[in-house]
Amino acid sequence: MEKKHTYNRRNCFSGLLFGFGLAAFVDEAVFHQLLHWHHFYDLSSTSWGLISDGFFHAFSWFATVGGLFLLADLRRRKQMIPKLWWGMVLLGSGIFQVYDGVIQHKVMRLHQIRYGVDNLLYYDFVWNGAGAVLLILGVLLVWLSRRKKHAQ
Amino acid sequence: MHNDKLALIMAFLAILGYLLAMKFSARKFEAWPIHRLLLFSSGVAVGVQALAGPVAMHAHHSFVFHMIGHLLLGMIAPLLIALSRPVTLLLRALPQKRGQTVSRLFRSMYARFLIHPVTAAVLNIGGLWVLYTTSLYQYMHQANWVSFLVHAHVFAAGYLFTMAMLYTDPVPYRKSYLFRAFVFVGALAGHGILSKYLYANPPIGVEAAAAQEGAVLMYYGGDLVDLILIVLLCWQWYQTAAPDHKLSASKAAE
Repeated sequence: MEKKHTYNRRNCFSGLLFGFGLAAFVDEAVFHQLLHWHHFYDLSSTSWGLISDGFFHAFSWFATVGGLFLLADLRRRKQMIPKLWWGMVLLGSGIFQVYDGVIQHKVMRLHQIRYGVDNLLYYDFVWNGAGAVLLILGVLLVWLSRRKKHAQ
Repeated sequence: MHNDKLALIMAFLAILGYLLAMKFSARKFEAWPIHRLLLFSSGVAVGVQALAGPVAMHAHHSFVFHMIGHLLLGMIAPLLIALSRPVTLLLRALPQKRGQTVSRLFRSMYARFLIHPVTAAVLNIGGLWVLYTTSLYQYMHQANWVSFLVHAHVFAAGYLFTMAMLYTDPVPYRKSYLFRAFVFVGALAGHGILSKYLYANPPIGVEAAAAQEGAVLMYYGGDLVDLILIVLLCWQWYQTAAPDHKLSASKAAE
């Protein structure tokens, strides 16, 4: 019983870490590198924002790899709970997306979603909306996996 | 003597020393794997680029090339050399008594302090902050010996940091994986923050455009090499936590 509990938590933790890191990675690869919408550093951020961004980026970089290794560990123990894990991945991505959209873009002014457009509000709305959808889907999946377990 | 010649001589001696150690170690132990010789010599060859050859030549006037040299000497070379396990080889090659002296040295309080992940991270990242945010960067291009010392520190600190994270050689008083992971994230953050700081505040004597190019290279180059370190660290962690690993019973839950 105690054991099972540990693996439940490890599934959550692994999914959350990976989801968080994945969202950060997609943000970096798609919006910074491919589309060039985001700027490396637009010189308008607060110094606190710069420091927090540094830690945030470093943590998500580690979390992507660490989350996957934790998943490998769960699979080798045959303890992966797919619905719970995927739910937590979505949840982690959603948390990153909303944090990035609200705190990093708006409060710390690290950079905006896109420069030289006059309807930035729409971009912010879609960005955070996508984050919210991910969050809700994540919670839904986690809830489904819990319900299935209780039904058994 | 010019730094490039000095560096080439040191590189030659290092590889020669490694080969000799391989020979002596083979008398008592089974043959030292050849892939470690390849790791070591490629590490030395990569590191020397920062002091001799085209990269070093351009680094005198170009911040971007300085940064390439720095990535090679401070990150890639230490990683390759750490993976070649030179200390293990040295301990095998030395006669028993000398070996004991060396291993006593490694167990001393001083070595213990140096190899602590936090010390290693501060020496590594803190050294870079000092180099780029004070006038040291300028002095480096005026006096040969300052340049040599800076390069020596960059390599030594990079090597110490890699060792303190991966423990590829026998290190007494090891810290847990979790602790090392936290320190690693802190060091990576310090590196990233410095890159962005340099983007906005060029080191003395560096033009804004060059500083920006160098800073972006530092940021992404550092990320890339650190990704290899993260994978290696997690891989070791994963293996130690295996259900049938001899040490795993108590540690798996961490």
